[in-house]
Amino acid sequence: MLSYALRRLLSAIPTLFIIVTAAFFMMRLAPGGPFDQERTLEATVMANLNATFGLDKPLWQQYGIYLSNLFQGDMGPSFIYRDKRVHEILAEGLPISIQLGATALILALLLGALLGSIAALRQNTKTDFAVIAVATFGITVPNFVVAPVLSLVFAVILSWLPAQGWGQWNQMLLPVIALALPQIAVVTRLIRGSMIEALRSDHVRTARAYGLPTHMVVGKHALRAAILPAISYLGPAAAALLTGSIVVEQVFNLPGIGRYFVIGALNRDYTLVMGTVVIVAVFVVVFNLIVDLLYAVLDPRVRYD
Amino acid sequence: MTDMTVDNAPVQGQSRSLWATAMLRLRRNKAAMASIFVLIILALAGIFGPMLAPHSYSKVYPEFVKVKPSLESYPQEEQVIPAAESALRRARVDLGAIDVDDGKVRIEVSSESRDIDPRISRYLDRSSVFSDAEITIDPADPKKGVIEASVQQLYFLMGTDANGRDLFSRILISLRISLMIGALATAVALTIGVIYGATAGFIGGRVDNVMMRFVDVMYSLPFVFFVILLVVFFGRNLVLMFLAVGAVEWLDMARITRGQTLSLRRREFVQAAEALGVSGKSIIRRHIIPNTAGTVIIYMTLLIPKVILLESFLSFLGLGVQEPLTSLGVLISEGAKNMRNAPFMLFYPAATMTILLFALNFLGDGLRDALDPKDR
Repeated sequence: MLSYALRRLLSAIPTLFIIVTAAFFMMRLAPGGPFDQERTLEATVMANLNATFGLDKPLWQQYGIYLSNLFQGDMGPSFIYRDKRVHEILAEGLPISIQLGATALILALLLGALLGSIAALRQNTKTDFAVIAVATFGITVPNFVVAPVLSLVFAVILSWLPAQGWGQWNQMLLPVIALALPQIAVVTRLIRGSMIEALRSDHVRTARAYGLPTHMVVGKHALRAAILPAISYLGPAAAALLTGSIVVEQVFNLPGIGRYFVIGALNRDYTLVMGTVVIVAVFVVVFNLIVDLLYAVLDPRVRYD
Repeated sequence: MTDMTVDNAPVQGQSRSLWATAMLRLRRNKAAMASIFVLIILALAGIFGPMLAPHSYSKVYPEFVKVKPSLESYPQEEQVIPAAESALRRARVDLGAIDVDDGKVRIEVSSESRDIDPRISRYLDRSSVFSDAEITIDPADPKKGVIEASVQQLYFLMGTDANGRDLFSRILISLRISLMIGALATAVALTIGVIYGATAGFIGGRVDNVMMRFVDVMYSLPFVFFVILLVVFFGRNLVLMFLAVGAVEWLDMARITRGQTLSLRRREFVQAAEALGVSGKSIIRRHIIPNTAGTVIIYMTLLIPKVILLESFLSFLGLGVQEPLTSLGVLISEGAKNMRNAPFMLFYPAATMTILLFALNFLGDGLRDALDPKDR
């Protein structure tokens, strides 16, 4: 187990290296630069600017400098937030995005497990069909439709909840729901499918035969087997939540990293965009590793050696 | 996976080919059939709608910004007189009685100092509310005259956007763009994925290992962020969008085709072709790819909505299709910005998007059930 974790950790390093390299060279091969959009600058000013940001050195040297800085946790200066380093900006945004994403993920797992189990227990009844219909809706309707509509209904028309801002619990409610909704739908479908199978399995039948009450049978024995597909979905879910948070942070005007990514992208702030991609990539890779290990803990049939 | 063969041979007796059986199953699936119907309508609307629509998608009506959707024509009655007044403000004449009657407007004009210049009727023509303005100057007194003009009958079934463009026409053109991107980007993903997967599965061994490891690595990348990088750094044009989106979505297709190929590889007809000395390339082209067609079609119908979604997502962020062209993502994003005072601007594009995605997903599920009954 430990050696497997170590091996996975080691194999993550080349992946991250590829990401950083690809992003760096894509950025530098692209026509145009971060100072193009401002008024045409004098040649000397331009040269000075380039020298300040180290853009006058040969490409491979810039790459080396970026890598060594990155290794020390420095992601370079931001081009639009002139007085800040990129890692400082991201350090401000990351807690918000993580809080948002983690809450949405937990909500998706809990609600998904609950709804999926209910649907499976009442298979082919009206309850089941209703849950399936809601889940299909949740999967089909994209984040960028759900988020503005939620904001329209609950913040503008009913004015029950604030439309933007961050800090209080009621400001968190709408973004979390908008972010979690598609994931709730996917988890519900997964759990329903695996729960139906689990309810028919031998160990659940045995538990029933012992006369255990239904909630014990379902909650303790069936759910443990049924939750596995949902666990292996957590990796893609984390990636989807990160992507979704770009939209949700935009709609609800939250200062998370998704928002900085969009601002950076629209303003061609190379270092900011690069920094976000690196952070997100690290996050996804590490999360995938955790999920794999978690899988081994939860399912005694899986052995890594 | 199931044994699937493309049945080109004539059907003998009572036996039905796989495709005929699939069609039969598909016909019984009401949701899928309804989806096909809806999709045909949406596709026709996207192709011919912009040609037939009374307004161009880029025509701006400055007088009608964010007007509500309505079955009645604009301008509404109470708007005509203010519109005439504002149109003639720069003509420097005094306005007398203004009568509105049955699509016609009659305006008395007079001036104290100068003769009436007959060219002032053009001020009315310039406004999008009026047309065919004609002026008759009083023969007895050149300082007086009457302008007659017909009032336009403009219909905005779904209202207008923040610039005064007809929302219905814009939804039609955005349908065209979204469907086009869906089809083309899926074609790109399909081509890359099928060729890559078929090659990996056919060659097998170490090459297969390396090729699929590469796919695994790609899977773990936050790809949407890369697409955004690509679009940001290399400019925003439609072709790049097809390539970027297609290049992201080929991974699933490669995995599926590889799996299919691995099982086909052991089938007798492939071994026979090999024994006859057919080259690897020809076997892939002649035997492997046609036999994976069923599965590929299923995933294609499920891929199209994903692609449309990705494009709309980019457009929503302002990184996709550029003005005056538009896509559903752009319209939804504009609607979200204006939802406080013009909620219909969000409602109609969002509803169109939802219907389109629902239809595509139902059709995809229906095809999967029809072509691959084991997978149910």
